[in-house]
Amino acid sequence: MTQHAEPAVTSPPAPGPQETDGRTAERPLVVRLLARPEVGVFLGAVAVYVFFLISAPPVRDASSMANILYQSSTLGIVTIPVALLMIGGEFDLSAGVGVITSALTAAMISYQLTMNVWVGVIAALVVSLAIGFFNGWMVVKTGLPSFLVTLGTFLILQGVNLAVTKLVTGNVATDDISNMDGFDQARKVFASSFDIGGVQVKITVFWWLLFAAIATWVLLRTRYGNWTFAVGGNKDSARAVGVPVAFTKISLFMLVGFGAWFVGMHQLFTFNTVQSGEGVGIELIYISGAVIGGCLLTGGYGSAIGPVFGAFMFGMVQQGIVYAGWNPDWFKAFLGVMLLGAVLINLWVQRTMTRR
Amino acid sequence: MTDNTSKTHGAILQDAAPGTDDGVIVELRNAGKAYGNIRALHGVSLKVRPGQVTCVLGDNGAGKSTLIKIISGLHQHTEGEFLVDGAPVRFTTPRDALDRGIATVYQDLATVPLMPVWRNFFLGSEMTKGPWPVRRLDIEKMKQTADHELREMGIVLDNLEQPIGTLSGGQRQCVAIARAVYFGARVLILDEPTAALGVKQSGVVLKYIAAARERGLGVIFITHNPHHAYMVGDHFSVLRLGTMELSAERSQITLEELTNHMAGGAELAALKHELSQVSGVDVEELPEKEDLTAPVAASPEGTS
Repeated sequence: MTQHAEPAVTSPPAPGPQETDGRTAERPLVVRLLARPEVGVFLGAVAVYVFFLISAPPVRDASSMANILYQSSTLGIVTIPVALLMIGGEFDLSAGVGVITSALTAAMISYQLTMNVWVGVIAALVVSLAIGFFNGWMVVKTGLPSFLVTLGTFLILQGVNLAVTKLVTGNVATDDISNMDGFDQARKVFASSFDIGGVQVKITVFWWLLFAAIATWVLLRTRYGNWTFAVGGNKDSARAVGVPVAFTKISLFMLVGFGAWFVGMHQLFTFNTVQSGEGVGIELIYISGAVIGGCLLTGGYGSAIGPVFGAFMFGMVQQGIVYAGWNPDWFKAFLGVMLLGAVLINLWVQRTMTRR
Repeated sequence: MTDNTSKTHGAILQDAAPGTDDGVIVELRNAGKAYGNIRALHGVSLKVRPGQVTCVLGDNGAGKSTLIKIISGLHQHTEGEFLVDGAPVRFTTPRDALDRGIATVYQDLATVPLMPVWRNFFLGSEMTKGPWPVRRLDIEKMKQTADHELREMGIVLDNLEQPIGTLSGGQRQCVAIARAVYFGARVLILDEPTAALGVKQSGVVLKYIAAARERGLGVIFITHNPHHAYMVGDHFSVLRLGTMELSAERSQITLEELTNHMAGGAELAALKHELSQVSGVDVEELPEKEDLTAPVAASPEGTS
């Protein structure tokens, strides 16, 4: 009765404007989906989530979830630029101590010069961007592997953090800046909480997701994103077709500086003071987060949303072990297993992608 | 004619009038390049005119790559002159060369393998839309244009989203040529485009070289295969150990001579008498020195 006038049989198949050379068979949807950089890590994150949902009952609580997301966000905010940098073919070992350098700069400049904390915050931003610029400039100008250059910066910053803090404050930590001008205002930006349905959610979670959204858009929809893929995929080709390779690489290093600054400010305005010896070892977590998030260590491939799931997996494991009542010493072992798993998936993806 | 002699000094050559014709886009005059104390290229003169294919032949290490790197802006020449449209230039980046309409298609580094075909097509010259803070790639337009341009060149691809690394070597070369042609290249430098290709694919690439010439481009075709060069070339230059051994118009040279020059024929011919003294060396097939009638480039030694 209500047959739709679908001349499916009578009309010839529309003369496709898209004639094909018939050399590539359409691959199954599952395979094509799995070839996306973020799908593997998404499935991994779901698996880890379900695992802890079963084995650690407190995780089912919404406030625990907020806590896990908060943990993830403090890692994730730096993991995103580290991932972009990795897509651009380089990586940065100095990001972890860079966070502390940034926080120390802000704390000491504000306190020692008794100025509004915003002066310290801006000074810290300048310092962080300058460190990123130095890393990028050294890598681009010398052609040395970024591993060596940033290992150098990592050691320098580690030493400078301790030595300068002791020199200035006579202590290994900075002084409490919580009663300085502008502190409350800055705290609102970097370290406040929101009430969502009775659950306190830290503002860093929103910043994290916002940065991820911006990074995804930039990566896939702008010239800069195109250049990032190109300088990581084949630097010489990119240069030969007119991509500003030096600008792209240096600015990517500076983006990592920005991420480190943001998390540094968050730590400062959460704890009011900074321990100068912290931050060592975190840089490897950022890099693992990016790799687990589907970024190729050799560059040219990856996404900005994958590292979000990567950081979530880390936060989940870190907190999940605590909620499950296990020995937190297992955390690093978990990380190792996840990292190896992710690398194997990446390897498989790369082979499937370029298969003739 | 006699009335004009006072103005033109009576020196108008029919073919390739040096210095007087303004059709020349790119010209090298006694150009050379030294890396430290190593002289990779010395005393090379070359002219590229629109609608002509200039072939540069030479064995490995002859200086072909150095030559194209100078013209494409990756390296700077250290001696002689490099002129574009009659004005001396010194490119510091490939971007400078591209802005002057000189596009290079490299043998191995023309593309970023993991990026989709359409992104590779527009890499470095992406189409954008929207005002600055939200200026973004015009993806639809880029895909359409890339598809259209590739079809114009006779390349039909299933899916422009596939990574260019999945295409065959010949297809990649053709995408790179189509890209250069689309971006308004006036001079196309092809670095051994047929070196890694099979016979049929080489033919396809040669077809595109001819197509580019038909569209009025000046083509510099770098190769070590004299047969490929002779199929499309209008002018032939042979490099040997960084210097110019031969520079000849198509009318002045045969394929046989070109092959001989490429195979070191000129040197072997000079040695023919000596070689004939050695038992076990068959010199019958070697050309006589006098038979090599093509104009050998004046020895640059001592002129610099």
